[in-house]
Amino acid sequence: MHDLLDSYYPILIFMGLSAVITAALLLVPALVAPSNPDPEKNAPYECGFEAFDDARMKFDVKFYLVAILFIIFDLEVAFLFPWAVAFGDVGLFGFWSMMFFLAVLTVGFAYEWRKGALDWD
Amino acid sequence: MTLTSLAFYLFATVAVASSFMVISSRNPVYSVLFLILTFFNAAGLFVLLGAEFLALILVVVYVGAVAVLFLFVVMMLDIDFAELSEGFLQYMPIGATVGLILLLELLLVFGASSTLIDTKPLPQATPDGMTNAEALGRVLYTDYIYFFQAAGAILLVAMIGAIVLTLVPSNNPKKQNIAAQTARTRDDAVETVDVEPGQGI
Amino acid sequence: MLQNLTLILPEMILFLGAMGLLMIGAFSKGDSTRTVNLGAIAILALAAATAGSFANNAQATAFNGAFVMDSFAALMKVLTFVATGIAIIMSQGYMRLEKLARFEYPVLLLLAAAGMGMMISANDLIALYMGIELQSLALYVVAAINRDSLRSTEAGLKYFVLGALSSGMLLYGASLIYGFSGSTNFVEIAAAFQPQDGILPMAQVLGLVFLLAGLAFKISAVPFHMWTPDVYEGAPTSVTAFFASAPKLAGMAIFLRIMMTGFENALVAWQQIIILLAILSMVLGAFAAIGQQNIKRLMAYSSIGHMGFALVGFAAASAAGVSSVILYMTLYVVMTLGTFACILSMRQDSGPVERISDLAGLSQTRPFMAFCLAVMMFSLAGIPPMAGFFGKLFVFRAAIDAGLYSLSIIGVLASVVGAFYYLRIVKVMYLDAPADEVNEPMPRELSILAGVMTAFTLLFFVYPSPLVELADKAGAVLMQDGMVATDMLQEHLAGH
Repeated sequence: MHDLLDSYYPILIFMGLSAVITAALLLVPALVAPSNPDPEKNAPYECGFEAFDDARMKFDVKFYLVAILFIIFDLEVAFLFPWAVAFGDVGLFGFWSMMFFLAVLTVGFAYEWRKGALDWD
Repeated sequence: MTLTSLAFYLFATVAVASSFMVISSRNPVYSVLFLILTFFNAAGLFVLLGAEFLALILVVVYVGAVAVLFLFVVMMLDIDFAELSEGFLQYMPIGATVGLILLLELLLVFGASSTLIDTKPLPQATPDGMTNAEALGRVLYTDYIYFFQAAGAILLVAMIGAIVLTLVPSNNPKKQNIAAQTARTRDDAVETVDVEPGQGI
Repeated sequence: MLQNLTLILPEMILFLGAMGLLMIGAFSKGDSTRTVNLGAIAILALAAATAGSFANNAQATAFNGAFVMDSFAALMKVLTFVATGIAIIMSQGYMRLEKLARFEYPVLLLLAAAGMGMMISANDLIALYMGIELQSLALYVVAAINRDSLRSTEAGLKYFVLGALSSGMLLYGASLIYGFSGSTNFVEIAAAFQPQDGILPMAQVLGLVFLLAGLAFKISAVPFHMWTPDVYEGAPTSVTAFFASAPKLAGMAIFLRIMMTGFENALVAWQQIIILLAILSMVLGAFAAIGQQNIKRLMAYSSIGHMGFALVGFAAASAAGVSSVILYMTLYVVMTLGTFACILSMRQDSGPVERISDLAGLSQTRPFMAFCLAVMMFSLAGIPPMAGFFGKLFVFRAAIDAGLYSLSIIGVLASVVGAFYYLRIVKVMYLDAPADEVNEPMPRELSILAGVMTAFTLLFFVYPSPLVELADKAGAVLMQDGMVATDMLQEHLAGH
């Protein structure tokens, strides 16, 4: 148990280091960068865009469909990792077990393709 | 040991604090970002339990995909969130009561489990000399094949459902046929004609 | 391991069939809805026949005890698959007229049926959860299948959000139960959940309560019924007909199995909860339906009430009680499908109608439809000699045998109140003057189905024994070592 956590020691150092760098990058500009705020600086230049506006705009539902289809295949791939690692141990039964699982999702994929869910327009 | 408990308290505190921020921040996009932070800390807790594979899946699937989906959904909806959160104070007493009851129940479980019932030793997440993913892989596809294939069926239903409910059939007359375009050769497109002077075609 | 694969043959047929039909639908040119519908009905019939072939086999398990097949599972699966098939038959005409005909609908119903089969045969908490999710996910989608209708999408969303909440409660309960028993298998849970000095430890009760709440949601027992009226009203009527039938059977089946096998020793803890659910469901079902103007909403409250009556037999926790629940659910499904065959025929020039007042004077314009609906209403009200009366009779008898007198009395009173709104529909059809708009003639397949169900309901009393014997046999399987439960019940009552 302890060995396991010890193997995460480099990650801990990495996270600590990235936290320090991030904090430094936030702090240093605040301390040394020149700051002369002026309302005109934020005003649109001639006929340009509003510099600060609501970033939210409505997305097409297509994005959602792509994202959810991505999640499904993401999960499918997640199941492949332990299978690949234990491939030598699971034997022929484990092999066909995964093949059936992949076949099911391939059926789904063929359906998706034929329905045109993968076309953008 | 101290490092482990220190890490546990760090992950647990940040997880609870950021999940509180999920429900209390005014901007739903911030809520999603705090949700990602919660996922990260939950992944950290999984690592502490020895469930490394689950921790990485949480990062890959939830942080990488589900949170992005949430962002899409938040961006897709045209909702006045200030108006939506107006009822917050009004529902606060009921929500607080439910939360309090859940807390009491948890305490009850915690208290009771230490006194009334013979607690079983915590099973080891990973057998010795084996990685977490390997231990999972050895049983998931053979001993637990029924659950594994059922998960496949559920994913198939999710796929069909997503398409049935959101796919807008395209009726774009200017649709490109890329295969036809790339299959087009010089012979299909260009015809060379020898035109005699003064005769026309 | 492979020899046990035959046990999941019904689910395999449904699953592989669904995938095959999905491919046929996706790859065929032109409209394949009709082909896929017929294919789905054939596959359901095949799966039901396969499940039925297990009816006389001894109990057998597969996948390390996660999946169990016995005559209880066989009977419930046959009923569920047949109900799903009938729901598909009934949906065809309606979906075509409403321009909702899509080949995905029967495919999703097949996958839902596979999930219900998994639920019915679940002998493990993970198997239970997987079955419930497979079923529910398909149901959420079909509830919202009319995606251009605000009400249908609202129904789907509401069902999804509350369903996810109940799944969360179920999982929380399951994790507590796993924590206290060290296993997800029902048999091993039964060994760990033993009352000490006549009461179950508080922490175990908590796990049990959360699990019960999740399951009660699936059968829409009060106080976990909130979704039912809105979903029934908002979903397309043919989808509502399905919701009211097969999923209720599967939900009740897994509810019975987990309580009778996984928590057979913990009867003291769950019996009171079942009694409370039964009373609340019966009373709310009876009173809330009175003011309804929409017949689908009325059927929602009616189904809540009927779940309450079925739970009365459940609360008896005896072999007779279990078989009475099975019988009650069977008759309920027949009556519900018969009623919905009539509701699906409610159509005027302007399109489908669903107000009760639209039925005014139906006896003069469409006498056959009025007759069928009237028989169904009498039966749902529990008026002898209709089938519904016998369902209630068996349920109450089991409860009285178990000494639950006050529960039975409340049940009888609730059914008297409930009779009021069922008979109001009969009154509207037979005594009110017909409106200007005349109901269109019943589609052929609906009139055949309604006729068959009506004949069954009317003539059940002539020869009830085959069905009763089947139910008894199935009930006995579930309670094979369950006489303990009855003994414990007596002890429990003596203790008070």
